[in-house]
Amino acid sequence: MGIISRGFSGRRSAADAKLPPGQYLTTDFPVLSAGPTPHIPLDQWEFVIDDGTNVLRRWNWKSFRDLPTETFTVDLHCVTRWSKLGTSWEGVSVDTMLADVKTDASHAMARAYGDYTTNLPLNDLRNKQAWIAFRFDNKDLAPEHGGPARLLVPHLYLWKSAKWVKGLTLMSHDKPGFWESLGYHIYGDPWREQRYSGDE
Amino acid sequence: MSSHTYDYLDGNAAAGELSAIFGMDVTIAESQCAHCGAIKRFAEAHVYMQAPGVVARCAVCQHVLLRLVKARQRAFLDLRGMTCLILDTSRFLESGR
Amino acid sequence: MMWRVGTVVALQDETATARTITLKVPDWPGHIAGQHVDVRLTASDGYSAVRSYSIASAPNAEKRVELTVERLPNGEVSPYLTQELAVGDRLELRGPIGGWFVWRTQQTEPIQLIAGGSGIVPLMAMIRSRASTGSTAPFRLLYSVREPGAVFYRDDLLALSDCYNKVSLTYAYTRIPPKDWPRPPGRIDAALIADATWPSNLAPTCFVCGPTSFVEGATDLLIASGHGRDKIRTERFGPTGDRK
Repeated sequence: MGIISRGFSGRRSAADAKLPPGQYLTTDFPVLSAGPTPHIPLDQWEFVIDDGTNVLRRWNWKSFRDLPTETFTVDLHCVTRWSKLGTSWEGVSVDTMLADVKTDASHAMARAYGDYTTNLPLNDLRNKQAWIAFRFDNKDLAPEHGGPARLLVPHLYLWKSAKWVKGLTLMSHDKPGFWESLGYHIYGDPWREQRYSGDE
Repeated sequence: MSSHTYDYLDGNAAAGELSAIFGMDVTIAESQCAHCGAIKRFAEAHVYMQAPGVVARCAVCQHVLLRLVKARQRAFLDLRGMTCLILDTSRFLESGR
Repeated sequence: MMWRVGTVVALQDETATARTITLKVPDWPGHIAGQHVDVRLTASDGYSAVRSYSIASAPNAEKRVELTVERLPNGEVSPYLTQELAVGDRLELRGPIGGWFVWRTQQTEPIQLIAGGSGIVPLMAMIRSRASTGSTAPFRLLYSVREPGAVFYRDDLLALSDCYNKVSLTYAYTRIPPKDWPRPPGRIDAALIADATWPSNLAPTCFVCGPTSFVEGATDLLIASGHGRDKIRTERFGPTGDRK
């Protein structure tokens, strides 16, 4: 540990019972990125569910926007320690996207424009826990926050909510994605503070 | 893929973290991109520091050169995006402070 | 590379939002103009934050390191360094870091410096390094700022640009120029490069520093006016000038 810097406390505010352990509240919306922001023209946008070999379902922007949508308000928890509460979104439930998909898969890899990937158990993408979101705060989702559409899985750390999502690859076993392969926790439950691999 | 949003820094920004790991100054090294083959000074790599980890990308093709995560007492370093690092060993004494 | 401890011996406001911190670092190994340090702050519960700052001072024999820090509105570290830190406090730093974006006193070729906002800091170390060793390497500085109140080191720059063996200095104002300024406010452009910088046929080494968008724009202008990419060295700060 370094020498203590007199009078320094960082951004943290008084503990809030609503925050997962180790988080602090933010009112802005930090933009964290592992690469350049993709700019995907809507007439080229696609969302594909595949099993690694075969395409199971495919939507373009028009057919995607024809799906029933929901508005919802959720809290976001980023592994870099900021939390943003009460964020409002509009999106298509992943339950809707998976509705006609017959599969024995236990997990999925969310794929994004650019090279980002993140893995999740299929059960965490189902049962009203996940959306493909395209509007934030009553406006079209900005590219810097993942627009035109991002995955949103608020019960896990925000790195699981892949920005610029372009599909799901269904998998019969779990495989680590971009950050999970480099020390981050394979599951990422903020309430159990599962930040890094090896955290219980 | 465009870089219209100037949300990256460069190899200088990651130099402290990487120099602590490598024991030498990486900004003066050249790196060869495993994807496009471009050989560029690491100081000129596009580095994203805001993410849950450090990601250095080839300035030419944007593919990942290097990734670093500091997870409490461990550091995870992925160098697969580089075919190699090219070092000037005559500079070792000067840079290894 | 180890963490060293420096003691704050002086604080000097450069602008309404920026301050120069002078540290005495007993085991400082020396540095080259252009290098930076990582500064680490640690709270009493062990939480720590690290930020990079360019060294503003020339290499010197007194183990003295000067950092100029700009306060960012939503910053976590810069408000502490510019408002809370006091003379006598200790600061942890790691460095000096970086061997590419440096100017060595043995260099004799013409040098073109281009600074955007707080990007002036490492370039000032180069200017000061040149002055302290009596180097006659030809230096030109093009310094782009929003308005006159944002200029760092104004007095020093005035002295160093108005003497024998001077640095040739041109200001460019992007938002609010001084009264009667001949050039309307705006970003640097090809015309200003042509007027105020070394022509490419002199083969200067160019150092460009500032926010990423500034660096990319200035670099493109230099290349368009004939400078080789290999003659241009760059250091990018965050969009608001912070190095992280």
